[in-house]
Amino acid sequence: MATITVNGQAKEIAADPTTPLLWVIRDVLGMTGTKYGCGIAQCGACTVHLDGVPVRSCSIPLSAVGAKKVTTIEGLSADGSHPVQQAWVELQVPQCGYCQSGQIMSAVALLESKPQPTDADIDQAMNGNICRCGTYQRVRAAIHRAAEAKQA
Amino acid sequence: MTAKPMTVSRRDFVRVGMAVGGGLLVTVSGCGPKEAATPAAGGGGPFVPNAFVQIDGSGNVLVLSKHLEMGQGTYTGLATLIADELDVDWSRVRVEGAPADAKKYGNAGFGGIQGTGGSSAIATSFDQHRKAGATARAVLMAAAAKQWGVPAAELTTEPGVVVHAKSNRRAEYGTLVAAAAKLPVPETVTLKDPKDFRYIGKETGVIRVDAKPKSTGTATYTQDIKLPGMLTAVVAHPPLFGATVKSFDATKAKAVPGVVDVVQIPTGVAVLGEHFWAARQGRAALTVEWDTSAANQRGTTEVMAEFHELAGQPGIELRKDGDAEAAIGKAAKTIEATYEFPFLAHASMEPLNCVVHLRKDGAEIWNGDQFQTSDQGAVAGVFGMKPEQVTINTLYSGGSFGRRANPKSDYVVEAATIAKAIEGRAPVKMVWTREDDTGAGYFRPAFLHRIKGGIDAAGNPVAWWHRIVGPALMDGTPFMPADGKDPSSFEGAADHPYAVANVFVDTHFPKSGIPVQWWRSVGHTHTAFAVEMFIDELAKAAGKDPVEFRRGLLAKEPRRLGVLNLAAEKAGWGTPLPAGRARGVAVHKSFNTYVAEVAEVSLEGGKPRVHRVVCAVDCGIVVNPDVVRAQMEGGIAFGLGAALYGQIQIDKGRVVSTNFDKYRVLRQREMPVVEVHMVASTEAPTGVGEPGTPPIGPAVANALFALTGKPIRKAPLAV
Repeated sequence: MATITVNGQAKEIAADPTTPLLWVIRDVLGMTGTKYGCGIAQCGACTVHLDGVPVRSCSIPLSAVGAKKVTTIEGLSADGSHPVQQAWVELQVPQCGYCQSGQIMSAVALLESKPQPTDADIDQAMNGNICRCGTYQRVRAAIHRAAEAKQA
Repeated sequence: MTAKPMTVSRRDFVRVGMAVGGGLLVTVSGCGPKEAATPAAGGGGPFVPNAFVQIDGSGNVLVLSKHLEMGQGTYTGLATLIADELDVDWSRVRVEGAPADAKKYGNAGFGGIQGTGGSSAIATSFDQHRKAGATARAVLMAAAAKQWGVPAAELTTEPGVVVHAKSNRRAEYGTLVAAAAKLPVPETVTLKDPKDFRYIGKETGVIRVDAKPKSTGTATYTQDIKLPGMLTAVVAHPPLFGATVKSFDATKAKAVPGVVDVVQIPTGVAVLGEHFWAARQGRAALTVEWDTSAANQRGTTEVMAEFHELAGQPGIELRKDGDAEAAIGKAAKTIEATYEFPFLAHASMEPLNCVVHLRKDGAEIWNGDQFQTSDQGAVAGVFGMKPEQVTINTLYSGGSFGRRANPKSDYVVEAATIAKAIEGRAPVKMVWTREDDTGAGYFRPAFLHRIKGGIDAAGNPVAWWHRIVGPALMDGTPFMPADGKDPSSFEGAADHPYAVANVFVDTHFPKSGIPVQWWRSVGHTHTAFAVEMFIDELAKAAGKDPVEFRRGLLAKEPRRLGVLNLAAEKAGWGTPLPAGRARGVAVHKSFNTYVAEVAEVSLEGGKPRVHRVVCAVDCGIVVNPDVVRAQMEGGIAFGLGAALYGQIQIDKGRVVSTNFDKYRVLRQREMPVVEVHMVASTEAPTGVGEPGTPPIGPAVANALFALTGKPIRKAPLAV
């Protein structure tokens, strides 16, 4: 039995310690905002934060989480009011939407470390998040929008 | 058809449907004459004037979408049509997938079966959904007229409210639904004059209905379904296409904690677990011996070698204008080129999956379902049921790009066979891993185009000889035409629009043993590539500018010319660029939508880098400008990733590129700036989900040709 902190709440997890955090979040905790896309840390659909750092939860075993605080898309806001989420809606970023939880989690982490990122910063920080619908241009624009909103 | 105020009767609607679809329209939408609107059970339920719209006592509107929302914006587009004519505030509109019922939700573009594809939703729903909205509004107005004892003609509406100005009375739609439900639905209804549109064609007022749920992680995909007692199934598939299970040993798999059962199914061995990770670990512990005696052992190299051989042999004739061979013989200049295109995966972000609950009296499916009618029939076949015993909950799908419209219902049937193998003891969620998804095939097939052209002394093309080699996508499916000429393999090439007096086109349909399927824009994915690259090769041979050269050959193609000229103008075609950059252009019509794209390209470290793409699109009447823009941006990104990186490698029958480490797709850093310009039009609206994709590959290839002077004849593009 492991205890991990997810979105500020301590959770007792009865699962094999090798279980990837992604499947703990989805199948044990029943939080489905975080998505499975590739299983090998190549697509970023499963991105969550560990102590504020974006990680691919498909490739982190439960045993490696320890005391680090896990934040998922559900932990950003209860109602979509996080500035990044608002920018995402205003600029109508999502198409199929499946990668967007991961995109948003990567974007939030970027803005935490670089409140005013350049296009190059965005390209670098977001390069690990694949979007097959090709929403990249709007991802870029929405990050700038959120940066402006946070500054205002 | 032009957009003017019109009165659409049921008969008109049937006629429109037939004209658009060219096939059998099974029935009409449930908004037939004299049918009383159906109130839901319980009296206080919603007002249901037709199959597409329901209004509840609070005035909230539910739109049932006959089309799968896979990112293309169809929920928003269809709801826009209804909301505009119904006259409601956009914030009151919600959309859900319609149930599987071809009689109500058949696609007029697909001969009446229910399904999504061919960029057909808006094209086949524009009149139908406007009528559905307008009819609902008319009944609400009739209910108010009756209540107030005034002529309906004196009533108007404001969003969500019926108004009688003379007596200064107002009634919110929600207060009228009970009365409206008892009234007959009118046979004819007057649609809005386009000048009065509130949402259609407007830049403001409509936000995608799925934008917020998809920005908060609350949108429900198949992957997210959890039913009481549900098991998750992971399937061990054969390593080669066509291999079968010889024997298997499940001892170790069953010892994995959380594994509940291991069962053989026609397509492999399924491991069922309490959750995904248990099932996946169970599969890793499973030993399967495969019978590969009848399996495909060929790889991409062998397939392409066969295509090259066929390119030297006469094929099935598709087009013959004049005598191309003779004209080439007499031409002042001739060119010959052979273009190669690889296998491509759809690689949707949500790997394929399907939830099946088999019960005694029927079965229920949860799926991002793209072909409801054929999936329903196929599942009914597995269970020995009638199709109507199979209900389908169509959920959001995390992409598809055609893959979820498998004509054999491959993954849906597989999920059903697992439910059958455990005799319905639990609901089953079948989850494919990324490797399962890509390894299952159903690729955009490899193709080869061999083209010869002749130019006269004045630089005018006089001959075009074209041989296409590649499999018939519809082979073995109910969609295959009786004459054996599968248009999805040569659309966009056999009918290319350039004014050349002597044209010959033929084709071979080799069978590869590798499952193939439509992929965003289908045949146009490679035909536009080949035709548009060859046009640039001809232009160069003629010593002419690529845009000027196309203009000269498209005099009778005003809409093609329109987008070509618009894109060229907005891109600053002909104006100087920084050193090391060049522009390339391509124009193509697919699914009756015209798109031209100009790409600005340079080389970085010897590799193509696309900086900017200017896109002009003519899709007739624009319903949602921002959705059109998004589909052009996305279609370009999808096609660009394929053009620069996409290729599935198969070695001795085994798919090598099964995950994103080996199947490269476009990433953030490689996304160019995309500008989209729409042609103002009163033509009937056409789809935008696919047409943005075909021109980008050749536009980039042509830019590289301009930059290096060397034509590129193989995708993925490399200089």
